[in-house]
Amino acid sequence: MKRREALAKLTGRERYVDDLPLEGFLWGMTVRSPAPRGRVTAIRFGKDVDWSQFVVVDHRDIPGPNVVALIEEDQPVLAAGYVRHVHEPVLLLAHPSREAVRRAVRSVEVVVGPEPAALDFRVPPAPEQIQYGSDNVIKHLKIEKGDVERALAGAPVVVAGTYETGAQEHVYLETQGMIAQLEGDVLVVKGSMQCPYYVLKALQHALTRDATRVRVIQTPTGGGFGGKEEFPSHIALHAALLALKSGRPVKLIYDRGEDMAATTKRHPALVRHRTGLTRDGRLVAQDIEVVIDGGAYVTLSPVVLSRAIIHAAGPYACEHVRITGRAMFTNAVPFGAFRGFGAPQSQFAGERHMDVIAATIGIDPVELRRINLLRDGQTTATGQVIRDGADRLAVMERALELSSYRDKQREHAAFNATHPTLRRGSGLATFYHGAGFTGGGEVALQSRLRVAGRPDGGVEVLSANIEMGQGTLTVFTELAATRLGLAPEDVTIAEADTGRVPNSGPTVASRTTMIVGGLIERAADDLRRHVGLDDSARGAAVKQSIQRWHREHPGEPLFGEAAYEKPPGIVWDDQTYRGDAYGAFAWAAYVAEVEVDLRTYTTRVIDFVAVQEVGKVLNPTLAKGQVQGGVVQGIGWALMEECKWRDGAMANNQLTNYLIPTSHDVPPVRVAFLENPYPHGAGGAKGLGELPIDGPAPAILNAVARATGAEPRAIPLTPENLMELLDGQAKVGAQHAAPLR
Amino acid sequence: MLRPYGKRMPAIAITFTLNGSPVTVDVDPAARLLDTLRYQLTLTGTKEGCGEGECGACTVYLDGLPVNSCLVPTYQVRGHRVETVESLDPGALEPFERCGATQCGACTPGVVMTAWWIREHPELLETHDTRELMAGNLCRCTGYDGIIDSVKEALEARGKGKREG
Repeated sequence: MKRREALAKLTGRERYVDDLPLEGFLWGMTVRSPAPRGRVTAIRFGKDVDWSQFVVVDHRDIPGPNVVALIEEDQPVLAAGYVRHVHEPVLLLAHPSREAVRRAVRSVEVVVGPEPAALDFRVPPAPEQIQYGSDNVIKHLKIEKGDVERALAGAPVVVAGTYETGAQEHVYLETQGMIAQLEGDVLVVKGSMQCPYYVLKALQHALTRDATRVRVIQTPTGGGFGGKEEFPSHIALHAALLALKSGRPVKLIYDRGEDMAATTKRHPALVRHRTGLTRDGRLVAQDIEVVIDGGAYVTLSPVVLSRAIIHAAGPYACEHVRITGRAMFTNAVPFGAFRGFGAPQSQFAGERHMDVIAATIGIDPVELRRINLLRDGQTTATGQVIRDGADRLAVMERALELSSYRDKQREHAAFNATHPTLRRGSGLATFYHGAGFTGGGEVALQSRLRVAGRPDGGVEVLSANIEMGQGTLTVFTELAATRLGLAPEDVTIAEADTGRVPNSGPTVASRTTMIVGGLIERAADDLRRHVGLDDSARGAAVKQSIQRWHREHPGEPLFGEAAYEKPPGIVWDDQTYRGDAYGAFAWAAYVAEVEVDLRTYTTRVIDFVAVQEVGKVLNPTLAKGQVQGGVVQGIGWALMEECKWRDGAMANNQLTNYLIPTSHDVPPVRVAFLENPYPHGAGGAKGLGELPIDGPAPAILNAVARATGAEPRAIPLTPENLMELLDGQAKVGAQHAAPLR
Repeated sequence: MLRPYGKRMPAIAITFTLNGSPVTVDVDPAARLLDTLRYQLTLTGTKEGCGEGECGACTVYLDGLPVNSCLVPTYQVRGHRVETVESLDPGALEPFERCGATQCGACTPGVVMTAWWIREHPELLETHDTRELMAGNLCRCTGYDGIIDSVKEALEARGKGKREG
C-alpha cells in the first residue's frame, strides 16, 4: 500500500499547525534567560514598546503547580525568580502582530545575578557548582553479571578505550508549534507532537483542569525523531497560559533559531571500556562506564541512561559484565529524547571499541565479531536469554557480501598504496535495538485502543499514536484491513484527539507498529466478536455484520477494544536490572565505505550497506525509507553535525552553520532485510524506527580508521577534528595506508 | 537598526501573476514573499523550514526559476510571475507517491518544486546529477533515496508520455 497521506503532502494540501485557518488570534512568544544560572534580580520592559497592547504572562499566572509534569516534577513552566540554563523561559508575550511581538521580546531585559554554573559533564563538579543532590548525579544505574574484576584480572589481554559523542539537533523540518484556544469552558490545544497524552497530563497538572475541560489534538507533524516527545508540553502550556489570560486563540510557533537554541538535543556521552579477552579474541569481561550530560532538569535522562547502559555491551556473549551509568546535572539546555534514546551513544563506543580491540590484538574485526556475536541460548548483559531464532551471523554475512567487503579491502590496499591524497576504507558495525519500553515499561503504560465499526460497515482505528512521517497511518490501515479482510478504503484512522481516542501510549521507542499494531489486531478481533462473528470471518461477512449491528442498534456506538498484555515469559527486575529488558531485539550489520581526502581532511561516505532483521517487514517502501533516513541522520551525527556551545546553549543555532547532510553529501543507502517473524508483534513485526541510527557512526569511524590508520574515538569527526588527529600522529605513519604526505 | 516600535512603513500595493492569474496585495514593503503567500494569500503549501535560504522548504518559481521565497521581499515580484506547489498537476506526482519521496511532508512541497523543475528541464542532467541539483532541499526523513528515485521515474514517465503523446 502507498503512503496514505502522500498525495496531500506532495501537493501541499496537508495542513500543519501553522497552516490551520484561525481568526482573531494572537501570536505568542517567549522571553528567555540570558544566563546559565542565577537569581533573576530584575525584568526591565523597554520604553520603546507600548506594553498596554500586549498580553504578558509570568509564573504568577499559572493556576496550579509551576511544573511541567514528566518523570520528576522539577522543571518549571516559567522560571520563578531563578534560572538554571540559558534560554529558560521567563515570560510570555502575545500580540496580534508577529513582527510586533518579536520586537517586544527584544525589548525585555532579564537581569540575572550570576552564580557558578556546571558546564562540563565530564569533570566532577566543584562544590559551588553542585545543584542536584550531593554530586550533581541525576541518576545512577548499574548492571552486573558474573564477577568482572576477577575475570579482568585473569584475562590474557585487556584493552581499554574512551569514546565520546556530541549532542545532535533533531532538525525536524517543521519547527515546533501549538495553538491554544477556549471552546466554551474547554481548553483545546492543537499542535505538532508525538505524545498527545503527555501534553494532556502536563496541561491538567499545571492548569489544574480536569480531563473534561482540556483536550489535546495532534496536527500533522513534520518530523519528530524524539524532539516532539516531551518538549511539546512546554509550548502547549505557554500557548495555553496566554490563551487563558487573553481569552483569545494564541498561536506559538518557534522559528528555526529559537527551535534549535531552546529545545532538547541528543545527550552528549562519554563511555569508557575495559575489556578482557582470550588471545584468540573471545570476550571474557566487559567493564563499561557510561556518562551522559542531562542538562539543567531531569526530563527523560534517567530513561535515556537506562537504554544506553542496556545496549552498551553490544550483541555479544560475555559472562562477566559490569556497566555503570550516570546522568549528570549541568546548566546546559536540557537534553532529551532523540531517536535511539541513548543506545546510539553507547553502541558507537562499543562498536568502535571492537575495532580498537581487533587492531590491538591483531585479529580481523569481522572474525572478532563472528566469535562473539550472540548465539541462541546465550544471554545479554542483563541476563536475558536470546532465543528468537534470528541468525545474527547471517545478518553480518549478508552485509559483507552486499558490500563486497573482502574484495574492497584488497582494492583499498592497492588504491591507498598509490594514491597521493585519497585514502579509502570500509568499516563494519554489528548492533541491536530493543523495541518498546524497557523492562516493565509497557505494562506500566497500560495502553488501550479501540477499533470502531462504522454504520457503513467500515472500521475506524482510535489510537493516540501519531503520524510524523514514519508511516503510522499507512501501517495501521494495513493491519486493520488485513486482520478483517477489508479493503484499505474501508479503514479510517481517527485524528489523535484526547477527547475521542483512548491512551494507546506515546509514539516513541519503536513501539507503534510492534506493540500498538498488536492492539489493533486484537481490538479488530474483539469488534468481530461483538457482531457475532468468530476470528475466521473476513471481508464482506464482517462488513455486513457491522452494518446489521448498526441497523439493530441505531445510534449506539460499536467498537472492539484491546489493552496491552505482556507476552508470556517476560521477567524484569527494575531494582537489580536483571532479566528481559525488551520483548524483542532487532539485529543489524552495517558496512560503510569512506574516502578521506588528506588535503581537506574531508570524509565522504561513498557506499553504505544496511542489513537488518526486524521480524516481518510489513510495508517494504516505508521500512526501507526508515532505514535510509536513519542512516543519513547517522552519517550527519558521525561527520558533520556539531553543536557549538556558549554557556551551555547552542551558539550555532542556524542551518547555515549547523550542517545536516544534503542529497549531495551521501551515497545511495543500500538496504536489505532478513525476515524472522516475531510471534508477539503485529503481523510478525519488530520495532524498526530507531535501529538505523545506532550503526552508521561506528561503521563510518571504523572505516576512517582502516583508511588512515588513525584511531578516531569521538564524533562528530569533522574535518577540523580529523586534521588534529592525523597531524598528531603523522610522524607515526599509517598502518593500512601509504605514509601520509 | 531596528525601526522604532509602532512606526511601520505604509503598506504598498503589489501586483504580480500568481499561478497563472493576476493578484494584487497590500503588503509591508519588507514582507517576505513566503509570508505574503502563506498568511495573506492563504497558499499554505509553501512551508517555512529555516527562514534563511538553507533548507529549500519554501521553494517557489520566480519567472520559472526555483527560488527560496523566504529570501524574496514581496516588492521584488511586482510585475513578475510566481508559481507555487498549488500550481502543479497532482496526477503527475504518482512516482513521488510510489517511491517514498515523502515522509513527514514538511520539506516535501519544496522538494517537489525542485524535482518538477528538473523534470521540466532534463537537459540540466547533461551537466549536473540529480543529487547535486536536489542539494538545496534539505530532508531529514528519507535519506534522499526516495526523492532521487522519484525524480528518475518522473523523468522516465515524462519521456514516455511525450513519445506516446
